[in-house]
Parts: sequence; C-alpha cells; structure tokens
Amino acid sequence: MQLIKDQKIIDDQQQFIADDQPLPSQGDITVSVARWKKDREQLLKMPGKLGVRLSPTDAPEDITHDLNVLALIEVDFPLYTDGRGFSHARRLRGYHHYQGEIRAVGNFMPDQVFYLSRVGVNAFQLPDVQQLPTALSTLNDFSRSYQ
Amino acid sequence: MYQYNETDQTLIDERVAQFKHQTERFLNGEIAEDHYRSLRLMNGIYIQTHAPMLRVAGPYGLLSSKQLRKLAHIARTYDKGYCHFTTRQNIQFNWPELAKTPDILAELATVQMHAIQTSGNCLRNTSSDPLAGVCVDEIADPRPYCEIIRQWTSFHPEFAYLPRKFKIAVNGATQDRAATQFHDIGLHLVKNSTGEIGFKVFVGGGLGRTPVIGQVIRPFLEQKHLLSYLEAILRIYNLFGRRDNKYKARIKILVREEGLEKFTQLVEAEWAVIKDDLELSQERIQTMQAHFTPPPYDTTAANDLSYNEHLRNNAAFAKWVNHNTAEHRVPGYRAAYVSLKAPDVPPGDMTDSQLDAVADLADLYSFGQIRSTHRQNLILADIKIADLFTLWQKLDALHLATPNIGTATDIICCPGLDFCSLANAGSIGITKEINAALDDMDYLHDLGDIKINFSGCMNGCAHQSVGNIGILGVDKKGVEWYQITLGGSSENDAAIGLRLGPAVAKHEITAAIVTILNVYSKQRLSVEEHFLATVKRIGITPFVEQVYATH
Repeated sequence: MQLIKDQKIIDDQQQFIADDQPLPSQGDITVSVARWKKDREQLLKMPGKLGVRLSPTDAPEDITHDLNVLALIEVDFPLYTDGRGFSHARRLRGYHHYQGEIRAVGNFMPDQVFYLSRVGVNAFQLPDVQQLPTALSTLNDFSRSYQ
Repeated sequence: MYQYNETDQTLIDERVAQFKHQTERFLNGEIAEDHYRSLRLMNGIYIQTHAPMLRVAGPYGLLSSKQLRKLAHIARTYDKGYCHFTTRQNIQFNWPELAKTPDILAELATVQMHAIQTSGNCLRNTSSDPLAGVCVDEIADPRPYCEIIRQWTSFHPEFAYLPRKFKIAVNGATQDRAATQFHDIGLHLVKNSTGEIGFKVFVGGGLGRTPVIGQVIRPFLEQKHLLSYLEAILRIYNLFGRRDNKYKARIKILVREEGLEKFTQLVEAEWAVIKDDLELSQERIQTMQAHFTPPPYDTTAANDLSYNEHLRNNAAFAKWVNHNTAEHRVPGYRAAYVSLKAPDVPPGDMTDSQLDAVADLADLYSFGQIRSTHRQNLILADIKIADLFTLWQKLDALHLATPNIGTATDIICCPGLDFCSLANAGSIGITKEINAALDDMDYLHDLGDIKINFSGCMNGCAHQSVGNIGILGVDKKGVEWYQITLGGSSENDAAIGLRLGPAVAKHEITAAIVTILNVYSKQRLSVEEHFLATVKRIGITPFVEQVYATH
C-alpha cells in the first residue's frame, strides 16, 4: 500500500486487524484501542511494527502509558468533517511528546493534509492512492504560520 | 489601524493561490462536490438562490478608505453594483460568478482583505465595538486583542473542522455594543481590584434556533493567558461538542448538556496543561497596541463656534446630530453614523458610488477610516464638530443621512427569501412596508430607541430573538407568516424576547408592528421610559390584546 510519510510517497506493509479478526503470527500490525487493551501482552511479543488506531471517540490518554512501545498511532477519520483527530494528534505531539509515527487514515481529503501536518501528523494514508501526488504538493501551500 | 507585515501578506497571497488551485481542480472534476463545498465555505463562498454569495471579512469592523474603494470596485466589476453589510461586521456580495471568486479574493488581498473562515464550521471573524478607541465609556481598547485573536484564529490547523461555526466577540467598554453575551465566546475587558486589566470570559452564548445567553466561565483572565484559554475552550469543544445533529452542535448545547461546572472543569484541566507554553508576551501586546494609537487629533477642535450656530439654525441638522452621532472622548469631536437604513433601500446595502463617496469623506474628515456596526450601519468615528455640518450635507446628498439610528426604522434585517436559500419568508419587502408606515419622523423620534430585528428564517441571522421587537419569518404550507417576540436585548441587559402569540399573516405584520409601537406610546410612563422598560413593567399582555384584537 502506498502512502505519504515524511514528505515522500512510500510503500508500506502496515495492516489493520479488525477486532473480530484473529491476530496474525507476524507482520506490521495496527489494532483498535479496545483490542490493544485486551491483547496487549500477546501483541507485545510480536516481532513487527505495532500500531494502535484512535477513533474520534477514543482519547490519546487511553494509550499514553504505552507510547514508548508503539511504532505508530493511526488517527482515524470516518468523516472528513470530523475534526477530533486533529486534537488527538495535537495532544499526542504537544503534551504527551510522542515521537513515533502519527498516521492519518480513513476518509480525509488531500486538502486537509497541510493542517494535519501542522498538528503533528507525519504520514497520510489517503482513501485513493491517485490523490497522493496532489496531497504531497499541498504540503507546500503555506510558508508561514500564525500559531 | 493594523497594517499587514510580510507574514500576513504572504499568508493571504498563498491562500488565494491555494483556493484558485482548488477551484480549478473542482471545475475540472478532480474534487468531489461535497469536498469542494467545505473548502469554498472556508473561503466565504456560499451557493445561494441566484448565484454564489461571497462574504468578505471585516475584521472587528475596521476598514480603511482604500479597502472601501476596493469593495466598490468589486461591486462594480464582479457584482451588480452594490454590497451588503452584515450583523457581524462583514461584507457580502450576492452575485459573483463562482469561477471568478479566486480573482475577487486576489483583488481583496491587494488591500489586506480576505474572506478566510467567513463561513464553514470553523473559527469566524472576530467582532467588536464599532466605537472602540473613541467612546467615552471605554476601559481598554479591544482592537489590539481582536487583531491578536484574528491572527490566532486564521488558518488555525486544529480547529478548522469543528462541530459547528464558532464566533468570538470582544468588548472594551462598560456598555456592550458587540452583543458579546450571544457569542460562542464573549470577552469583556475589565479591571480587577488591583487595577489590572484582563478579560471576563463568557462562554456558550448564541442565537439561531436556540438562543442562549452566555455564562461567565472565568471572571478574570490575565491578558497573557488569552490565547491559551481560548485554545483550551476550543479543544474541549472540538473533542466533545455534538456532531450527531447540526442543530445541537454549537458550544451552547455542550455547555448546557454538561452544565457550566463540569464544562469549566474540563476547560481548566486542559488549560493547566497548556497555559505556560502559549503565553502572550507583554511585548507582543504592546506592539499590537502601537497599531491602534490615537490619530493626530486637532487640540483646538473644541474651539469651533459654527457647530452650535448650525445646531440652532438648522432643525434637520440638529435632528441628525441628535440621532446619528455619538459622543467622542476627545473634546471637539463626534462619531458620525452613516445610516444604511434609508426607507427605500434594503437594510445594510450600499452601492459602489456610495462606497467610493464615503471613502472620500473618510479621507477628508475621519483619518481615512470607517467602521461597520453590528446593526448594519457605518461609522466615521473621528469627525471634528466644525466638519459635521458639511459632512451631514454630503451624506444627505448620498442618501446616507436618514436620521434614524437606534430608532424603529434602524431595522437589522437578513436578505430573506429574495436572496437566501435558507429563508422561509421575505424580509426586505416587509421592512420597506414598515418604513412606509413609520414615515412620520417626529413620531419615530418620539418613540425613541427601539431595536427591531427581522430574520427570514429561524437560523436567525438578523438576531430577531434579541430584538426589542423581533420578527421571524416562518413557512406554513408554502405561505409566509411572521412570528413576533418582545423584550429581547443583546446589550448589558441581555434577554431573549418573549413570543407574543400565533404567527401573523404577511398582510398583517406591518399593522401589528405599528400597533405594538402605539401600545408602547400610550402605556409608557413618560418619554424617558424606554420601550424595553415599558415591556418589562407591563408585560406582554397589553400588546397581545391589541395585536390580536385588531388583526
């Protein structure tokens, strides 16, 4: 799967495992907050990159004690109009000082990528890979900022 | 007034380029309709009944003559020769062509103007007291803080996709002329017991379908914490505001459902974490204040004798001065209203030639600045009393001197069914009718200050629920009806009007308003008793009896 990470288009193997799917024995895996809490011990023994997906109703505080073992946190946008993910990312970077990857996933627009990058998101998995070049170019939309 | 620096200019230029590109992609079919919708809204563009509508930001109502001339040029070149001033001190064009809107934004950018975040579910234009800096009851000038807030809210990356729109107003005087208690956040500049100036913070006020008076979340906020406190409120709102129902998505509903105490706890907990990282330095505040230092007033202005002579000799001039000018803190000066409420003109509308002419008057008499007001008029804030007579004659010739500021014909009115795709009923036509019925100026002046607010639908753009008399257009099976409320106020004595009774038919609404005014005129204890005071004293029953007896 192609996505943007650190201002480049890259190939990526991260796989989201839905709550009702069995955990695979290997690979780079992302799970929901609920699954993380439930299968945390088993997941921590796995060799690949571990990630947790935050939905708009989750709170970063649910996973803050595990930030050092999570290679990435996915911020999910079920709807592009739902801006809660922006605050999740901001909180993770701003005062939980999370250093790993924050990846926007779900139904967001290429035209939101610039603001997402400003709140600390550094990877963008768009619903349509054809939009990746456009999204990449929007990262240069503004050269200044007020905040 | 604030002058853009290189950062401000670069940002709005880059925004123009961004939106131009987005519009091109949309017109080429590369952006879906609903995605483009949210992008154009954040650039002030609605799709209305006849054409797109462009809402240009008037930051805290302050405009330069150069900017006014640019608005005139846009009205002439891209529209039908006029524009409309709104209750939030913004400027609307009703007839631009969508493909040309990026060009209009580029024109605006050349005079430090934009349409950024004038619609959409984001942080909107900050509004303020149109008499800021000149009024006699000022605690501190709100404009430097407004500009700091304008910059902080513009392009704020975290709060561009809020549950609903979000409006902030700042008032710096003892009298609230910015309707702050009906904003998502209202800020009052106040002095604490040690003489330090800070903010009293109101939250959760709002109009629209569910009018709510804002509550005090913090009685005194130090200036250095202004932005961190706003950020804490916004973050809590962004995370917890309702997103399931657009009519319950404003912060007023969150505050009501959580309760002020719990909401305050959430905000204060968030604030405790961020406040030290987001302090506003004294230096930044002082630098901003330097943009709003008083203009070079003539210290001999009060020596003029001609003004009193004109007042004695010319009754029409005296009447205009009485109603359309306000006291100024500098002796020998007054602030003059430019009435956009001539009887035969839609309230708040101005033609391109009027805009150009007022720009010239501002250059001649008022240091090149103009303010737009919450009640949809303009103000030339710094007029020497020696110039008032000439100014009055020139405004009169421009059809901008109707001496009705604050009276029953100074009606706040939305564009209504004639222009707006949301409206249920016409408003401009009825306003004309009311004007025709109240054509006796002496009677109008005798009635004194009465604020009539008229919205064509329950979205309440004209703030009908806080009008002393509110009129709300409703649709009943395809027929236009009008709901009347009495006793509302958006000032210090903030109140939501009480419903008079069943809605009134279109052909009866003007007569009903005239009846209400007659009841007041008969029932008041003296001419000193303001309309609101009479309504408070006698209740709405005497009005109900007369309105529904005769109609």
